[in-house]
Amino acid sequence: MTFRLYMVQRISALIMAPLVLMHIAVMIYAIQGGLSAAEILGRTQGSVLWFLFYGTFVVAVSIHAAIGLRTVLSEWAGLRGTALNAAAWAVLSLLLILGMQAVYGVTAT
Amino acid sequence: MADKHQMSVSVWRGAAAGSFQSFDVTMEENQTVLDVVAWIQQHADPTLSYRYACRVGMCGSCAMMVNGTPRWTCRTHVKKVLVDGHMEIAPLRNLPVIKDLATDMDPFFDKWVAAEGLHHPTQTRHDPIEAIDPASAARVEVNAGIECINCSVCYAACDTVAGNPDYLGPAALQRAWSVYNDSKDAGRQAILDAVSGVGGCHNCHSQGSCAVHCPNELNPMNAIAGLKRETARNFFRRRAR
Repeated sequence: MTFRLYMVQRISALIMAPLVLMHIAVMIYAIQGGLSAAEILGRTQGSVLWFLFYGTFVVAVSIHAAIGLRTVLSEWAGLRGTALNAAAWAVLSLLLILGMQAVYGVTAT
Repeated sequence: MADKHQMSVSVWRGAAAGSFQSFDVTMEENQTVLDVVAWIQQHADPTLSYRYACRVGMCGSCAMMVNGTPRWTCRTHVKKVLVDGHMEIAPLRNLPVIKDLATDMDPFFDKWVAAEGLHHPTQTRHDPIEAIDPASAARVEVNAGIECINCSVCYAACDTVAGNPDYLGPAALQRAWSVYNDSKDAGRQAILDAVSGVGGCHNCHSQGSCAVHCPNELNPMNAIAGLKRETARNFFRRRAR
């Protein structure tokens, strides 16, 4: 792993940590009185704030996981060079597509 | 007088492609693993190749895998490692085998140089000798690493080296950290750049096998953590400039 990847992975972790805590806190808070899917969507759809919150979360997770899996693939599967980078980009793309699709699904009007 | 009991010792023969050969070795009251290897060469098979020099734990030449664990054989008592009268001796892990128990140490030492674990002088021989405060924080860090005898036990113990042959390894990085903290060294930036490459300190997963197996009870993992910290600091410092 190069220093640049190391720093990007650490910084993405720093971004993720408060977002994870807030995600859990909101989940616990939101279900206190019993909340239906429609009520949740009523709050998230059209909300720029929730789009930015979960959008940032998805980007940070995708980057963090792609770099981590890149290391695992390198050390455990012996992938090197172009094949290794291509696999990491593929993981990043897949997580971004799946994640952003979910973010779009709950925030789009 | 010698105890006439026997032990069975499996010894690696050949290069990378080879196999274990079994020897019956006479057990002595006081006997190190290196004594056993020497006994086999002197009494059973003179073609057995192995490496040693000082026999007192100073030179770092005689490290081998004993029952799968890297050890300095001259300071490892047979009774400590014998299992049911048997032990297995193999060449150090993570290094190319030349023959039998002798490995090619070149990759190990090349990485010391690649990590800039060498002195970068600040002064000439004509300058007065610089006074060093032994209690200064930097000097205390240096002290933690200078007892390394270059035996490569940590390098053989490291799973990250096994998974990534480019990785510089614990010994080279600990050396780089010692030199980095030397107030008489002018190569601080060169060291940080050298340990930030593809095989640099950031590959370390902090598993700690180096610290567990180091015969001198040093902690290369700690030195690597120091390098990670300094490279990260340097990263933000450079950005701020």
